[in-house]
Amino acid sequence: MKTMKLFYSLAFALAVTLAATGCKHTPGKITPLPSENSGMVRNDTGGGTLPSDTGVGTTGGGQTAGLEDFDNMIQDRAALANYTVHFAYDSAAVRSSEQANLQAVASALSSDPSAKLLIEGNCDERGTEEYNRSLGERRSLAAREALAQLGVDPSRVRTISYGKDRPVDPGHDQAAWAKNRRDDFVLLHPKAGA
Amino acid sequence: MKTNFLHSIKICAAIFLAAIALNFSRAQNEINIQQEINVLGQTKPIPVSLEGFSDQIESVLKFDLYVQGFSFVSPDAAQYQISGSDSGNVQGRVTDKFARHEILSRSYTGASLRRQAHAFADDIVLAITGKKGIAQTKIAFKVEAPGGNGEIYVSDFDGHNAQAVTHDNTIVAAPAWSPGKLALYYTSYQPGNPDIFYHNLSTGQRRIIAGFSGLNTSAAVSPDGSKVAMILSKSGSPDVWVCDADGSNFKQLTHTPEDESSPCWSPNGQWICFATKIHERRVLAKISANGGALQRIPTPGAPNPTEPDWSPDGKWIAFTSQMGDFNICVMPAGGGTPTVIATGEDPSWSPNSRTLIFTRRAGGHYTLSVLDVFTKQVKDVARISGNDSQPAWAK
Repeated sequence: MKTMKLFYSLAFALAVTLAATGCKHTPGKITPLPSENSGMVRNDTGGGTLPSDTGVGTTGGGQTAGLEDFDNMIQDRAALANYTVHFAYDSAAVRSSEQANLQAVASALSSDPSAKLLIEGNCDERGTEEYNRSLGERRSLAAREALAQLGVDPSRVRTISYGKDRPVDPGHDQAAWAKNRRDDFVLLHPKAGA
Repeated sequence: MKTNFLHSIKICAAIFLAAIALNFSRAQNEINIQQEINVLGQTKPIPVSLEGFSDQIESVLKFDLYVQGFSFVSPDAAQYQISGSDSGNVQGRVTDKFARHEILSRSYTGASLRRQAHAFADDIVLAITGKKGIAQTKIAFKVEAPGGNGEIYVSDFDGHNAQAVTHDNTIVAAPAWSPGKLALYYTSYQPGNPDIFYHNLSTGQRRIIAGFSGLNTSAAVSPDGSKVAMILSKSGSPDVWVCDADGSNFKQLTHTPEDESSPCWSPNGQWICFATKIHERRVLAKISANGGALQRIPTPGAPNPTEPDWSPDGKWIAFTSQMGDFNICVMPAGGGTPTVIATGEDPSWSPNSRTLIFTRRAGGHYTLSVLDVFTKQVKDVARISGNDSQPAWAK
C-alpha cells in the first residue's frame, strides 16, 4: 500500500509539472540591467556616458619621429600649384609626361636651399578608403623617389596621403577622376627668424 | 486494488509517451534549424509573431531579430509566438507553437526601455537558436562631414546612442576596438600627419602610439589584445607592421614596394590578412604574425579584393570586391569560392560570427547597414549625419 501511495503521488507530481511547464505561464524571471552604456563591451564594468577626450597625452611609449624638421614651417600652396603630377588608375607609377612638372619642382628646391617640400598624395573615389590611403601614400613616395633622381635630398621632402578624402573635382566621371589622381606639391618656408 | 494499479500504470504510460512526443517534436525543430544554418545567403528566416508591445519597443525588437535571421508573420503562421508588454518595463515570453511549450518568460528592469528590449531580443535569440545574440553590443565608426573632415563615433550596434569620441575636426579613419575593453585605436590627422592613437574611452585619455614620418593607419588589435598590426610607410612604402599594444617593439612584416592596406588578425592570432598587389593584380594575402613569407589568398570570381575581416569563429573571411560596384563577399577562411552577399564595402564581423556591419552608398551619402549573412536580411542603422563609414564591431 505504501509503495502504491508513493507511486500515485509521483505520477501526480509529474503530471502537474508537465501541465505547468506546458500550458500555463509561470511568472517571468527578472533580469536587472546595468546603466545604459555599460556591460556592452566584454570586461567593461564602467557605465554611463563616455567622457570627452582629454587632449593628446604626450607621456608613454608613443612613437613620433622624423617630422620635427618640418614643424612650424609656412606652407606656400601657390608656388608649385601648376606642377601637380597626375597618375593612371590604380597606379603609383610616375609617367614620362609628368617629368617636366617634377623638374620644375626640383628647380624650385635647388634655387632655395632653406625651403622644404610637402607632397600630398590623392586618389579618385574608386576603391575603398584605406586602400586609397595607402595608394595615395605610394603616389607621394613615388614622386619623392623621382625627385631624388633629379638631385633632391629626400630628407627635405615630407609626404602625406589624403586617400580619397580631398578631391579637387567632386564629380563622378572619368574627367573628375583623372584630376583627382594626383600629387600636389606644397613649398615649405622656414618662419622668419627661425 | 489490481484495477487501480493498472489504471495508474496507464496514466503514467500516457504521460511518458506525451513527454516523449513533446521532446521529439522539439528535437525535430532543432534539427530543421541546424540543417538550415551555415548556407550563406540561402537560409530561410525563422517565422515569429510579435504581440503586445508599443510601436517603439516593437521596432527595436523587429530590428534586432530581423538582422539575426527572423521574419515576422501572423501568430497562426509563426513557429515562435513572442508576446509581452512594455508599460513600465519590458516583459515578454516566447512560445514554441509546434511544441506548445513556453521556452522563455522574463521581465527586465533598469537602464532604458530600449536597452531592456535589446536584452529581451538577446534572450529570444539564445532561447530559439542557442547562440548568443548581438543586440547589446557596440560599434565604432567614422562620421565624415562635407569636405572630408570627420570624427570617430561610438554607438549601440543599431546606430542609436551615438556619441562622438573625438573632436579633432580633421580627417579621421579606421577605428579598431581593443578586444574586451572600452578602448579604441584609430587614425587622426590632428597632429598634421596621419597618426595612430590609442584612446581609453573610460577615462577619455588618449595618446599617439604610431606617429612616424609618412602614413600611420589601419590599426588592428590581436585577439588577445597584446599586439597591434598597422600600415606604416616609414620604410619607403606602405607595409604591414606590428607593435605591442602600448606602441613599443615595432616590427616590419612585409617588405614589398606595393601599397599594403587593411590588416586583420586570424582569431588564433597566428596570421595577419591584408590587401596588396602581386604581379599588377590586387589580391588578398596573409603573413605569419611573426613574419615570414607572404602567402596569396585566392578570391576566384571576386576581383580587386580589399578590407578583409576574419570571423571570430575562424570560419570565414569577409572582404570588399570591386567589380564596378563594391560588393561584400564572404569566403571560407581556409580557401574556397567567395559568395557575394550584398552591395557595399568595409565589412566587420559581429562577435558571434553571424552578422556583418558594412558601409553602403545610399542616395549620395554613405550609411551603415547590418547584414545577416545566412538569410541576407539587411537593415540600415540610424544615421548620424554626413557620411558614416568604416564600422568596427566591438568584440
